[in-house]
Order: sequence, then structure tokens, then C-alpha cells
Amino acid sequence: MRRLALPLAALLLISACGTADDPGGTSTKDGVTTVKLQLQWFYQAQFAGYIAAVEKGFYTEQGLKVELLEGGVDIVPQTVLAQGRADYAVAWVPKALASREQGAQITDVGQFFARSGSYQVSFANKGINSPGDLKGKKVGNWGFGNEFELFAGMTKAGLDPGKDVTLVQQQFDMQALLRGDIDAAQAMSYNEYAQLLEATNPATGKLYTPADFTVIDWNKVGTAMLQDAVWASTERLKDKSYQDTTVKFLAGTIKGWAFCRDNAEACRDLVVAKGSKLGASHQLWQMNETSKLIWPSTKGIGLVDEADWQRTVDLSMSTKNQDGKTVLTKKPDGTAYTNEYVQKALDQAKSAGVDVQGAGFTPKQVTLNAGGA
Amino acid sequence: MRKVLGALAAVLLGIVAWESYKAVGDPDGTVVAGVRILPRSDDAAMPHVLDVVRRLARPELAGGRPVWQVLVDACLFTLGITTVGFLVGALVGLLLAVLMQRFRVAERGLLPWVVLSQTVPLVALAPLVAGWGGRIWPAWMSVSMIAAYLAFFPVAVGMLRGLQSPSPAGVELMRSYAAGWWRTLLKLRLPAATPYLFPALRLAGAAAVVGAVVGEISTGTRGGIGRLVIEYSREATTDPAKVYTAMLGAALLGLVVAGAVAALEFPLTRHRRKVLLP
Repeated sequence: MRRLALPLAALLLISACGTADDPGGTSTKDGVTTVKLQLQWFYQAQFAGYIAAVEKGFYTEQGLKVELLEGGVDIVPQTVLAQGRADYAVAWVPKALASREQGAQITDVGQFFARSGSYQVSFANKGINSPGDLKGKKVGNWGFGNEFELFAGMTKAGLDPGKDVTLVQQQFDMQALLRGDIDAAQAMSYNEYAQLLEATNPATGKLYTPADFTVIDWNKVGTAMLQDAVWASTERLKDKSYQDTTVKFLAGTIKGWAFCRDNAEACRDLVVAKGSKLGASHQLWQMNETSKLIWPSTKGIGLVDEADWQRTVDLSMSTKNQDGKTVLTKKPDGTAYTNEYVQKALDQAKSAGVDVQGAGFTPKQVTLNAGGA
Repeated sequence: MRKVLGALAAVLLGIVAWESYKAVGDPDGTVVAGVRILPRSDDAAMPHVLDVVRRLARPELAGGRPVWQVLVDACLFTLGITTVGFLVGALVGLLLAVLMQRFRVAERGLLPWVVLSQTVPLVALAPLVAGWGGRIWPAWMSVSMIAAYLAFFPVAVGMLRGLQSPSPAGVELMRSYAAGWWRTLLKLRLPAATPYLFPALRLAGAAAVVGAVVGEISTGTRGGIGRLVIEYSREATTDPAKVYTAMLGAALLGLVVAGAVAALEFPLTRHRRKVLLP
């Protein structure tokens, strides 16, 4: 009997107590406001502006202590924001608008990516140079709301995505394209496209080069949709102190992205130091491509361009995916976006001498190493 | 000794099977009527075992620590999460079983819910539990809770069966001694339940590992083996061997937990004769 009592006692001894503190929401202590930002994914150069602003103290200058929350497979940033578990969230505009339509009370307060990073990539010898050439091909797409630019592009070219192409659910690596399982694959300029260029071409024994592929860039086709933006809680924007915090947060973020534009290598190192498992050359590539999506910014970083917004909303309402669904069923109501706070942040940054337009920005030529090392 | 040899032979057999399929299998897989019934055997899909082992020794990132060190650290982190999840799950399962044995109405009312709990898909549950991280408890605790959620079930069901296993004659004997419910539980029911408890604990251990790994992936918790699986799988295009190192780590973790549960069982049951389960 004593023998049995021992493990029972051990089981009873388990203290599974967590620390109960931090009720969520901004809290101000000694003049420092704590802010949580929910990212879409793990730390990578796609979020370098925020990481740099934390590490370089740009948020601290504003009196903010910003905590970055990494994403995960089942973490939906705009939902985390709407549930009050974060103060701001980074999310793609169409996906966030879809959550909005389902009741999430959120507002786009800073449109940091002015351009779309989505490509449709194929081998050059397949002769797929425009969306119309996809007819009769096996077309990979990620689904889950990542596919609408592709579907809009095909629809614009007069194809019926349901009939004229074979749609294939794509994994998050590029094996399917390299093996020829699919003819064209979805890829982000700053991630999957780089993976292709880090892979060895079995025919030559060297890495693939951009000349081996053709890229359909949705910005050029005209079916690009707005991507990474900073979203805030609509309800809390009525509160003066949250408004102030929003301006401060955006001002710090603007400075962070400007820093990464001018110091790509330093930002790469910051991202790698945060524990990213992707290699250094891959991160530098990603930093460079991310900067290209932001800079140059003719009106100023973070401002929502009315025409781009309208196109994103129109495509979200008109484009059907293979299930016949559109992103949105009606126009976004209420305050879906506002330039009010980012304009204040821009004015503040400009007077502090930050170049918020980056007219002189020239992308680097990044050399990718095998495996992104 | 014989067990160790047997285990080694099993590992060897696995390696031989892997490599021989690689040798004879079609590199492009076997496709029948448009459906791939046998997997591809090229290096990208099935790297050589030796390549995976070599990858363990090479640095994770240029200039970084070798992969095996990173894996060991990650396994220890997940082992911690699994242990907490397992213990919480086992305790909850045990208490539920006792409660259900004691009150017939509790069994009728609770058992369907216990069974139902396991039909809730983890992907639906994980974001909810993840939201509690950093508020009610530290973030890793959310993953432990997911592990506990999977682990409590076999214990609750197995233990209930065990507590109900004493024969009516035994129960009546206890009653004739004027033993109360508590004494009957300690002297009769719990000892009688041990043959049911340990298989249940083994299942719970395996479930806790699965819960911890899946929970890490789902909530994006940094530091564990589940996170490594998904981080490395992003490099499947260029470094397939690396993906398998992470899976190897996860498998190793499962073995360690299974071994730990078996070690717990040994001192408690060695004095018993083998009990045949009805």
C-alpha cells in the first residue's frame, strides 16, 4: 500500500500554478505605456521595422514599452486584437476586412506595405508570362485567403479559375514547383521566391538563378491587394489616451522602417539575434524585398492610398475563389481605415528629421547562398 | 540486455527498410490512376539516413551551434512542458475516475462529456487556450494545458474501469469489516486498479507528447521541438535532411517519456504477479 501512496502523493504535490498578472490592455506605469503588437508569424525580416524600433529604442523615445507577440499556425492577429489580447496587430488588409465583416471591431491605422509581395512563379521554359498563359496549367495556391490576387488576375485575363486551370493546394515549401508537380506556384517575393534561388539546380549543380524562372507580379497585372498594415481597436480609438499611444506607436514604427531602409545589414542582424531560424543571406534578401514593398513612399510611409484601398475592397467583393466565395459580401462599414493618426506620426517624424518618403532608396543586390545560409 | 538488443535491432531494421525502399522505389513515387500510392524516394523526400545523421553534426545556421545541441535543448524544453501536462492530466483523470466511481450519478453525467472532450479538434481549442497565456499563466503553460487535455482522458477511463474491477465478494468483505468508502478505496480499489492504471498512463504519456508538440506549433511557442519541426520544415526545399533531424528529436522525446512512465511502473508492479486483464 505504501508503494502506491508514493506516486499518489507525488501527483498531489504538483503545483500547476501560473502567475496571475497583466490584465491586458495598455497600462501606464512611471510614464511608460506598455503596448503589445501581434505579428503574423515568427520573427523574420518582414517585421524588421517593429523589431528595430524595439531594439534601437525608437519606441522608448516615445515613452512606450512595446512587446512583440510572435504568430503561430493557429494565431489570427486581427482576432487576437479584437479580443483585446493585443493592442495592435499586423495583418493583410483583405483578411482583416473579412474578420471585420464578421464583427471584429478593428481599424487600419497604418498601411506600412504600400505594395503587394505576392508572385506567381513558374519555370521560364513553361512560357507563362502573364495570367492568361496559366490556361490549362496546374496552378498552385495556398488558399486560406492568400489566393485572391491570383484569382483576380486570372479572372481579369478572361479565365474561369474553376474550369480553365487545374488548381492545386500548395504546401509552404517550393518542392512541388521544382519537381514539376505544378506549373506555377504562389510565392512571396521576400520568402518563397528566395527559397527557389537557394536551391540547387540538379542540371547544373549550381543554384537556380532568376533567369530560370518567370514571375507574374500582381502589382504589374493590376490585381494587387494591400498587405501588411497595423490595425487598432476601433472601440478604443474613441479614447484619448489610446489615440495618443497610437500616434506614438506609429511614429516609432516609421522610424524603425526608415532605419531598416538605410541599414539593411544591421536590421538583418537584429532579426537573426531575435532567434530567427532562417539563414543570414535569406534574411538580408527578405529585408531588401520588404523595403521594396515600402520604399519609395511618395506621400509618406504608412498612409493609406485611397485608390489602392478602393481596388483592394473592389477585388475583395468581386473575386470568387474556387469555392465561389468572395472575401467580402458588402462594402466595409464604419471606420475601416483612417490616416488621422499616421499623419500626425508622419508630421512628428518629419520634424524630427526622419526621411519618411525614401525617394533616394535604391534596392541592394543581395546574393543568396545555398539554403539561405 | 535482451531488450536493449531488441531495440537496437528494431532501429536497424527501420534504417534498412528506409534505405532499401530508397534503393528500389521509383524516385518519382508510384502513381496509379492519378493517385500516388507509394511515396517518392528521391533525396528531397527521403534523404539518406547518413545525411540526416551528418546534418545533426553540422551547425544549424552558419556559425551557430550544431543541430544536435539545438535539438537536445528543444527536447528538454518540450519535456518540461510534457511533464507538467502529463502530471496535471493524470491527476485530473485520477480525480475524475474516483469521483465517477464514488457517485453513480457522476459517472452517468460526466463520462459522456469526458468522451466528448476528445472529439473537439485541437485546432479549435488551441487558439482559445493560447489566449490565456501571459494573462492567467505564462505562455508555455498554455501548451502544457493542451497536453493535459489530451492526457487526462485515458487515465480517467482506464482508472474508472480499474476502480470498478474488484469483485463484489471483495467489496462485501470490506463492508463486513465495516470499512468506509475511503478505506475501501485505499485498501481495495486502488491496488486493484494498478494493472489498469499503467497502460492508461502510457497512453497518457504519448498523448501528452503529441499535445505538447502540436500545441507548440499551433500557438507559436518558442523554444521547443514542435516549433523546430515547423521552423525546419520551411527549409524543406533546400535542406530536407534538416527537417528529418527535427522529427528525429520529436521521436526521441516520445521514447524518453515512454521510458519514464515504464520506469515509474517497474518498482510498483514488480512484486505483483502478472494480472490477467479480463
